[in-house]
Amino acid sequence: MKSYKIIDHEYDVVVLGAGGSGLRAAVGLSEAGLKTACVSKVFPTRSHTSAAQGGISAALGNMGEDDWRWHMYDTVKGADWLGDQDCIEYLCKEAPRAVLELEKYGVPFSRTEDGKIYQRPFGGMTKNYGNEPVQRTCAAADRTGHAILHTLYGQALKHKTEFFIEYFALDLLMKDGQCKGLIAWNLNDGTIHRFRSHITIIATGGYGKVYYSATSAHTCTGDGNAMVLRAGLPLQDMEFVQFHPTGIYGHGTLISEGVRGEGGYLVNSKGERFMERYAPKAKDLASRDVVSRSIAVEINEGRGVGNEKDHVHLHLNHLDPKVIEERLPGISESSRLFANVDVTKEPIPVVPTVHYNMGGIPTNYKAEVLTLNGSEKTVPGLMAIGEAACVSVHGANRLGSNSLIDLVVFGRAAAKRAAELVKPGTPHEEISQSETDKCLERFDRLRNASGTNNTADLRMAMQKTMQSKCAVFRTEKTLKEGVNEIRKPFEGMDDLSVKDKSLIFNTDLVETLEFDNLIRQAITTMDSAYHRKESRGAHAREDFPKRNDEKYMQHTLSWCDGKKTKIDYRPVHRSTLSNDVQYFPPQERVY
Amino acid sequence: MVQINLPQNSKVEKGKFFKDKTGSKNIRKVNIYRWDPSTGENPRIDTYEVDMDNCPSKVLDLLNKIKNEIDPSIAYRRSCAHGVCGSCAMNMDGKNGLACTKPHSEIKGDINIYPLPHLKVLKDLIGDLSTLYKQYESVEPWLKTTSKTEKENIQSKEDRAKLDGLYECIMCACCSTSCPSYWWNGDKYLGPAVLLQAYRWIIDSRDEDRKERLKKVADELKLYRCHTIMNCTNACPKGLNPAKAIASIKKMLATS
Repeated sequence: MKSYKIIDHEYDVVVLGAGGSGLRAAVGLSEAGLKTACVSKVFPTRSHTSAAQGGISAALGNMGEDDWRWHMYDTVKGADWLGDQDCIEYLCKEAPRAVLELEKYGVPFSRTEDGKIYQRPFGGMTKNYGNEPVQRTCAAADRTGHAILHTLYGQALKHKTEFFIEYFALDLLMKDGQCKGLIAWNLNDGTIHRFRSHITIIATGGYGKVYYSATSAHTCTGDGNAMVLRAGLPLQDMEFVQFHPTGIYGHGTLISEGVRGEGGYLVNSKGERFMERYAPKAKDLASRDVVSRSIAVEINEGRGVGNEKDHVHLHLNHLDPKVIEERLPGISESSRLFANVDVTKEPIPVVPTVHYNMGGIPTNYKAEVLTLNGSEKTVPGLMAIGEAACVSVHGANRLGSNSLIDLVVFGRAAAKRAAELVKPGTPHEEISQSETDKCLERFDRLRNASGTNNTADLRMAMQKTMQSKCAVFRTEKTLKEGVNEIRKPFEGMDDLSVKDKSLIFNTDLVETLEFDNLIRQAITTMDSAYHRKESRGAHAREDFPKRNDEKYMQHTLSWCDGKKTKIDYRPVHRSTLSNDVQYFPPQERVY
Repeated sequence: MVQINLPQNSKVEKGKFFKDKTGSKNIRKVNIYRWDPSTGENPRIDTYEVDMDNCPSKVLDLLNKIKNEIDPSIAYRRSCAHGVCGSCAMNMDGKNGLACTKPHSEIKGDINIYPLPHLKVLKDLIGDLSTLYKQYESVEPWLKTTSKTEKENIQSKEDRAKLDGLYECIMCACCSTSCPSYWWNGDKYLGPAVLLQAYRWIIDSRDEDRKERLKKVADELKLYRCHTIMNCTNACPKGLNPAKAIASIKKMLATS
């Protein structure tokens, strides 16, 4: 192996990722006086938080009565009782404060007539434990994520956070089951950097790109999740992949649920508002798994629109053009650019599209990473937040606008917990050279791969398999085929070809490292889905159509070593954090 | 008369030619600027013949097709693919824009793709934006207030509307790198992208630092190098108007 120049750094805390959660954590850590590095493979404002549209949920009550307990009930129900209710209580109770904090940071929220933060209706958000819809989702037009991300970056600049931008993280540094930092590759000059830290916070987002059609960015490759797998730790609930009901047909661009929140509705080839049949009360504002399944059934039963009858229409042309201009300008632009549609005149062609990973790195409500060793145990030195984490507040299905609030509530929680655990300036332990060698051996092997398989071809094979075998509806047969098929692209890496051997902005190698990350998550997703023989939230098994609380009110944990996985379970937390609210026992889930 | 020449190692040479292997009848030639700092070679223009029958509509789709199927070594930034992250800003057919929103059907003849102009090139289509990012930091892009209220700041709909056309900026740098003033004085002149952001905070009714902010940009070089050429407004892929924001700052200074 060629020897690489290694540059060493020491920090109290290293945050990996500079999206909404990573930046919020970095701000809190800097405020607490901890020496903090924030490492990201893209410039912070390029992170995928920028693509979040509709809003951020919090029971502020600006548009009528609201209560964080109602928000908690909706989230528990949306999660199909797979969420940990202690964590959900924390999320919903902290949410109003977190949104007010964002406003004070400068987020340009849309406003009500009396100048307060504007809130819109969103799927699954209700009043008084499941009754009529409530306006809980705080919005900056339909560019809420963009507005929050840019504002948080400004705050990080204000607090003089040290950024390492366009650094691609390779692996965690582990010692006796504890995390001691990470190794990253600086794309700008090709050097290798070893960060020693008392706490490493993973905030690398989701891994939507294991699928062929996703609203996710090219960079949503779950790098942190894969680093955790390589460190011998499990991921949780990976079978729960959210299909957003309304991605633009043929392109996958997200069309916000805010469209339906503002009064838009779905229509099939017969011109029928079919959601009235599937969710008589909530209709188009049922939760996302319900709406996506309903669209899939309409298409499967021959009532799709278009030449192939393989999508449906989303109408907002009945809305006042002024409302569209003020509250939905971004989706008007996307529809024009990617569907050639004027939303004031024509419907948008849409289809359920992969959007969000409920699964990820298991944590408690303090963002500390969990593993299973007899019972659940924390992993010292390691935290996870945002879409990379599985707290689990979203359980089997996330409600729209609960992801942005997750970012800031748990970003803050992580910083708070780190400040309790670490005394600024504590000296660092020595880490064995073998950890670095192991990491660079993989890096060097992939860089010098001179076989015949292109990364792009292997990636395509993986994406097509996930798309056909692990979609909205799943069966024993498709999943069994999927379990076998998804290992082929992994085996293909034995004969991999990387053409570019350089070290500066070698995007051929970046994509290969990203593929190596993706394929491990694809395998754990497929295997976890195969082993869960029930239907719950986003995991819909045609052969097991009912939820089975007796057997599966448990989180799936999956370890992955190459092609081999190990599946185990840990019970869902069946208690709340405080006496401010009662535990919500499982019920039948109807909208 | 003085003859000015580029240094020898900056001359753009003719590069490799990648002939179509699909046998397609619908071929377009794509010329792409290539430069790899690790080789010591001059920049070059590589030419790719691309089968357009199997290529989606945007320039980014075209680049992805080339990278996936013809030449994986080509380097460019890309992420969201729908015009919100600002990663894939580049110069296409002589105009700055986002590759992910620019339809290649709008380009006649061969498709020429270059990095954003007047940036130090790091590799192929990847430009160095670090100066622009430092300038962004210099306008202190965060809300400054002394209010200690538990509740949110109250802002009227009318005051909030003043931020429209400003907060949407994705910092792609298409505007600043199309501005001749920024080309010549990019180290001192803040340029349209950063001045638009400066104005976004100056005009925010919640901010209590307006006077100081105005004083800080009121500088011969930072602000007044804008000569209303308007390339910025023509270049913005989000339809924003940085020239108007700059004019508004000048007007505020003139009337305060």
